[in-house]
Amino acid sequence: MPANRFNAFTDYGIGIGLRVPHYRHILERKPVVDWFEIISENFMVDGGRPLEVLDRILEQYRVVQHGVSMYFGSADPLDRTHLKKLKALVKRTKTPWLSDHLCWGSVDGTYTHDLLPMPYTFAAAKRTAEKIRQVRDYVEVPICVENVSSYAEFHVSEMTEWEFLSEVVELADCGILLDVNNIYVSSKNHGFNPYDYVNGVPHDRVGQIHVAGHTKFEKYILDTHDHPVLDPVWKLYAHAVRLSGVTATLLEWDDKIPSFQEVHDEALKANEFIDGARAAKKPAPAAASR
Amino acid sequence: MKLPARQRTTRDLKSLQSLMTATLVRPLTRTNRLQGRWTDGRTMEAVAASFIKPNDRLTSFERLQIYARCYWFRLLDSFYDDCPGLRAVLGEKKFMRLGEAYLAKYPSRSFTMRNLCSCLEKFIRAEPRLTAPHTALARDVVRFEWAQTVAFDGPSRPALTADDIADRPPTRLRLGLQPYLSLLALDYAADEFVIAVKKEGELSGDASNTPVAAPQAAKLRRAPRPKRGRVYVAVHRHDNMIYYKRLEPAAYRILRALRAGRTIAQAVAHVRGVTPENLGAWFKNWVELGWFCRLT
Repeated sequence: MPANRFNAFTDYGIGIGLRVPHYRHILERKPVVDWFEIISENFMVDGGRPLEVLDRILEQYRVVQHGVSMYFGSADPLDRTHLKKLKALVKRTKTPWLSDHLCWGSVDGTYTHDLLPMPYTFAAAKRTAEKIRQVRDYVEVPICVENVSSYAEFHVSEMTEWEFLSEVVELADCGILLDVNNIYVSSKNHGFNPYDYVNGVPHDRVGQIHVAGHTKFEKYILDTHDHPVLDPVWKLYAHAVRLSGVTATLLEWDDKIPSFQEVHDEALKANEFIDGARAAKKPAPAAASR
Repeated sequence: MKLPARQRTTRDLKSLQSLMTATLVRPLTRTNRLQGRWTDGRTMEAVAASFIKPNDRLTSFERLQIYARCYWFRLLDSFYDDCPGLRAVLGEKKFMRLGEAYLAKYPSRSFTMRNLCSCLEKFIRAEPRLTAPHTALARDVVRFEWAQTVAFDGPSRPALTADDIADRPPTRLRLGLQPYLSLLALDYAADEFVIAVKKEGELSGDASNTPVAAPQAAKLRRAPRPKRGRVYVAVHRHDNMIYYKRLEPAAYRILRALRAGRTIAQAVAHVRGVTPENLGAWFKNWVELGWFCRLT
């Protein structure tokens, strides 16, 4: 049974990102993994080895697509060529849902390849929600939008980031990929309480959660995905799972990537918090017998 | 560009995004900082402060600079990984200067960084001072390295078999060549040079992340720059592995003619000194490699 209204995949378990250094290990040893998240753009190609590897992975594993360049928040209209390639990939992977970021990153066809923060305005929320609806209607799978980590805020913002996220997902009627590491990173960079953020989003829309590591600098934190998950992020994760229910969870590790086993072991630490959330939901035996 | 104090429309959003993008794609200083002045003469501090909030630790300028650095480090990192041969030709410093100039002129126009170097040969041709005195070699190496990208994940079409083309009159038979196949006439043996400098088994991560520093010099095998000498090379893939294959000059000319849409009879008509046995062997090999497909 779904843990919440937008979470049809409560029991999807714990996944990890499919990354090149692990290909050989996965294909040869076929380790047990609940699911893999792929970066859609890495496989939105016309042929060759990437698609061969993907097809072999699909024979053995469940795959969920995660995008990095749809740029729902860009003022520009959606790129039809991009959408066609994405839809072709969706058909190939049969991804049960699709995620991308609540951000922008291109203007007039020039791509920054970054996940740039939004100005938190009502006009931007409306435009972003429109584009999310357009993508969902075109690719015909549910969409979850992910909060990004950020290092700057705009003068023109009219609300908090979590209010903006809530406004967008309500207008678009879509799910949330809640990245608790990004919340933590942004909370340190902008000086807000990360628990206010997690408490403030609509929990019935959280369809997936990301955890990851980050890097601390003297005056700010960067979202580098090159470390194990830090304790404050796990604590935030535990809080999010308590509020949203058990949710498909993924560990991102994208740089200085260690062995497959090390990455998977780190991801499986989430089980401890999921078990805690399940236990908290169960009625006490005495109460149940009444 | 003056931004509205309140954002009410998509046009307002676009103004803000255009300004920020323009600040990010502008080259950094030698010390990886935002340049001191904006294009209209204002200080960059003033420009950054016009749309980005400071906080108790960082000024607006410093916050914008984090994004500018990430932009340049990310793109240069990709450029660095994609061009080991060019790096070996130019040396690290010259290579990075070329990269910065190239990316300033040709920022990414694709959702994927796979296409980042698609205009590099054109740029080198237009700006030979950046690669002098090795411009000709640099161009050949870039063409070979781009051909590898195309061979890696370029489109393919169903390959024609020997039966598909048997009994078809050569005077009327036109064959398509696989889109992933590149035919190169090079003035230097860039193929052997690039293979020699590449570290075997080198893998790179390809997901989205936040780079924290400019690319550092990675170890490349030392290989002497090749001497001038014409070679003909096909860069292709077979069983999804990338290969390069030296071609006889006549074989190269035939394949080029086929790619231009000539019939087989026309393609072989002006080729001298090739026996029918040689021709037969070449075509047999090309069919086996799956190079032929139907014309679209």
